[in-house]
Amino acid sequence: MDIPYTTQLREDTNLYNAKVGIWLFLASEVMLFGALFSSYILLRVGAPPGTFPHGLLNIPIGTFNTAVLITSSITVVMAWASLKMGNFGKFKFFQAITLLCALGFLTIKTFEYRDKFIHYEVWKNDGTRMTGHIEGNPWLWNTQTLSDKKLAAITFSPDAHHYAEPRKHDAEAKSDHGGHGAAVQIPAADIKRLSAFVPAHSTYFGIYFTLTALHALHVLGGAIVIGYLWGPGAKMWKTDPERFTNRIEVSGLFWHFVDLVWIFLFPVLYLL
Amino acid sequence: MQPTTTKETHHAAHEGHHDEPGFWRKYIFSTDHKIIGLQYGITGLIFLFFGFCLMLLMRWQIAYPGKAIPVVGELLYKLLGEEMVGKDALGKIGLMLPDLYNSFGAMHGTIMVFLAIVPIAFAAFGNYVVPLQIGAPDMAFPRVNMASYMCYFLGGVVMLASFFVPGGAAKSGWTSYSPLATVADLGHHWDGQTFWILGMVLLITSSLLGAVNFIATIIQLRAKGMTWMRLPFFVWAQFVTAFLLLLAFPPLEAAGVMQLMDNLFGTSFFLPTGLQVTGAPLPVSGGGSPLLWQHLFWFLGHPEVYVLILPAMGIVCEILANNTRKPIWGYKSLVYSVLVIGFLSFIVWAHHMYLTGMGTKIATFFQTTTMIISIPSVIILTCFFISLWGGSIRFNTPMLFALAFLPMFGIGGLTGLPLGFNYTDIHLHDTYYVIAHFHYVVAPGTIFALFAGIYYWYPKATGRFMNEFWGKVHFWTSLIFMNLIFQPMFAQGMAGLHRRMYDGGATYADAANVLGVPQAFIDMNKGISHAAWALGLAQIPFIINFFVSRTRGKKVASDNPWDATTLEWQTPTPPPHGNFPKPVEVYRSPYEYSVPGKSADFTPQNEPEKR
Repeated sequence: MDIPYTTQLREDTNLYNAKVGIWLFLASEVMLFGALFSSYILLRVGAPPGTFPHGLLNIPIGTFNTAVLITSSITVVMAWASLKMGNFGKFKFFQAITLLCALGFLTIKTFEYRDKFIHYEVWKNDGTRMTGHIEGNPWLWNTQTLSDKKLAAITFSPDAHHYAEPRKHDAEAKSDHGGHGAAVQIPAADIKRLSAFVPAHSTYFGIYFTLTALHALHVLGGAIVIGYLWGPGAKMWKTDPERFTNRIEVSGLFWHFVDLVWIFLFPVLYLL
Repeated sequence: MQPTTTKETHHAAHEGHHDEPGFWRKYIFSTDHKIIGLQYGITGLIFLFFGFCLMLLMRWQIAYPGKAIPVVGELLYKLLGEEMVGKDALGKIGLMLPDLYNSFGAMHGTIMVFLAIVPIAFAAFGNYVVPLQIGAPDMAFPRVNMASYMCYFLGGVVMLASFFVPGGAAKSGWTSYSPLATVADLGHHWDGQTFWILGMVLLITSSLLGAVNFIATIIQLRAKGMTWMRLPFFVWAQFVTAFLLLLAFPPLEAAGVMQLMDNLFGTSFFLPTGLQVTGAPLPVSGGGSPLLWQHLFWFLGHPEVYVLILPAMGIVCEILANNTRKPIWGYKSLVYSVLVIGFLSFIVWAHHMYLTGMGTKIATFFQTTTMIISIPSVIILTCFFISLWGGSIRFNTPMLFALAFLPMFGIGGLTGLPLGFNYTDIHLHDTYYVIAHFHYVVAPGTIFALFAGIYYWYPKATGRFMNEFWGKVHFWTSLIFMNLIFQPMFAQGMAGLHRRMYDGGATYADAANVLGVPQAFIDMNKGISHAAWALGLAQIPFIINFFVSRTRGKKVASDNPWDATTLEWQTPTPPPHGNFPKPVEVYRSPYEYSVPGKSADFTPQNEPEKR
């Protein structure tokens, strides 16, 4: 006996097996990301004033990446619809755009991460704090690095605005990125804590990197599956077109979920 | 019906499909739900025994604190080194050091829950029995099923390997409360706790794949005529269990990822501001919330309790109906109760956290939901008890275990009520009373149901019965020693004995200036430990019976040796790949025993109505 309903629909549920499977899987994923979003809310609500950074992410780039993912969401549907209409060439075309969008998203995200790894905050012994860049843009330094490298001082170009201070003008917000004041020398002895904008910097960056990295892994996983079905897996179109179309539908459902997660991530992490 | 166990007929069933696969394809990398069920079952039983052995060693330290463990003490020293095993006052090697005690405690819980009971109750019995009971040829996704077992196996390997990493296995309890879990082993970067999290991620992946597969199978692959209200209760129980695993485990995975970040990348998700470790401030950003870990953990942890108990109830229901020879009483009540339990189990989790200071209003909410969830549990147990009324009961080994489940689970459930009320919980929290309570639910409760299931379905899987005499020896000795272990713990707990004491409370009893636990309650430790070791010996008949009956047991006389109604007995023995020689159709409800006017006292689900 073969397993029934692998491609044809069961009469009472009107579904084929894989579609039930992927929806269940997505339900589980909702709980996974839901737990992380809830953690974000709890950590943010419970944070003492001035410890939960805000406005440190690059909104234009984030907006652009959102557009990239929404585009891929459209093309993934077009690809499936093309198969439904029997047009394999158009499927190849649209799904190629989906893949390019996925890779584009990941590349842009990589540059965003790099920007954070060379952006620092210094907590000084006198209680003042500043954000900015260290001369030479080294990666991933922390307090320990200063003693490891036996540095007497660092040359620091502070940002015009610190996230814990209330903003006075909108104009200042623009200078967050790149707009530096004059470089200052900070003796290592004055530094209580030094951290790049890495997960260890604060619970904000902790949850930012955890959520976005987990999302990026989902993008990567989705891209691998879609890439396989676009490349070597596509020969099933010749032997079993209905089943192949179902596979594209299922991978498309997963892709929509990945996009949807980002639609929540973007406002929560960048805007709010 | 004649048994169709011979090789020829087995082969004939395959003819025209494909060649007989070799050993590796058939038994190791199998996609057949029955083989995967057996893989889960045997691996799970090995872990069950291993987790039990950890506790047997701990019981020595509790009963005879400060004395070297006889016989195996030196072996432990050779395996785990002087970091874990030391010398006692007499200079004898084999003293269990506090770190080892803590890691055995944490790993006993982890292994028993995630590597033994859930894999046996849900994955093993579910895999073997559910597709057969709904008349399906296999699970909906056979390769996903194989991947599920492999993730489980790898998770088990990672957990076992963690005993040998520097610093030893995880030692912060099976609940792994932060910040303790993060700071317990600050000297080692890749410590036992990190291994624990990685192992858990693999186990969660395994359960996710399994849960998706079970639900899809039950929704999609029911045979013709197998409507929802004709499903055996066991299938319902597994269905709800699968939903619990599907939706409750991911938050623990999220929590695990965050604790992994805390351990490896220096974040502070669960580390509060101003945390001091051995007198010095921990160099982290702070701002995290230890309560957050507990919420995420228990969001899994409480549905997990029902993951442990619902499949057991399913097994007991099948065996009760079969051996009372009458329909189960209140089938619909059972189904609705199990659905209500599944739903409510998601909103009771914080009753584990009354002592965290989360606030009286929240505690009141969770106290209320906790009391409500006991209602469907009581309905289920009541239905089972009423089902016994007026039955002509066959007292075979599976039935004895199933019958013992009822009062044992009853004790476990009723002693949970004082823990569910927050004012009584304040006294009982984290004492041996809690240990006794949940062990009554899981050990003489669920594990007895698992034994019942093994004795009951063994003839279907092998074509032979397990030995009835040794089965009864196994049952009576297990029942007596289980109660000798856990009954005194209620008394110890009410006297105030804390559950995590390395020396079994000896220092408290000796202390002059504190109100300690009376010596009489400390002395109970010895009796409990002796009963635990005796319980270990009582499993020997089972282990031998399990393996020897495979070749020497009494052969079944038919494919349906218990005269059962459900579909798993209407297959060849053992069922071939694809299960049913031809598609089955279902005409009736699952428990049509002793229908008036019938010549036989059972009517299989696939027997057509006569006109």
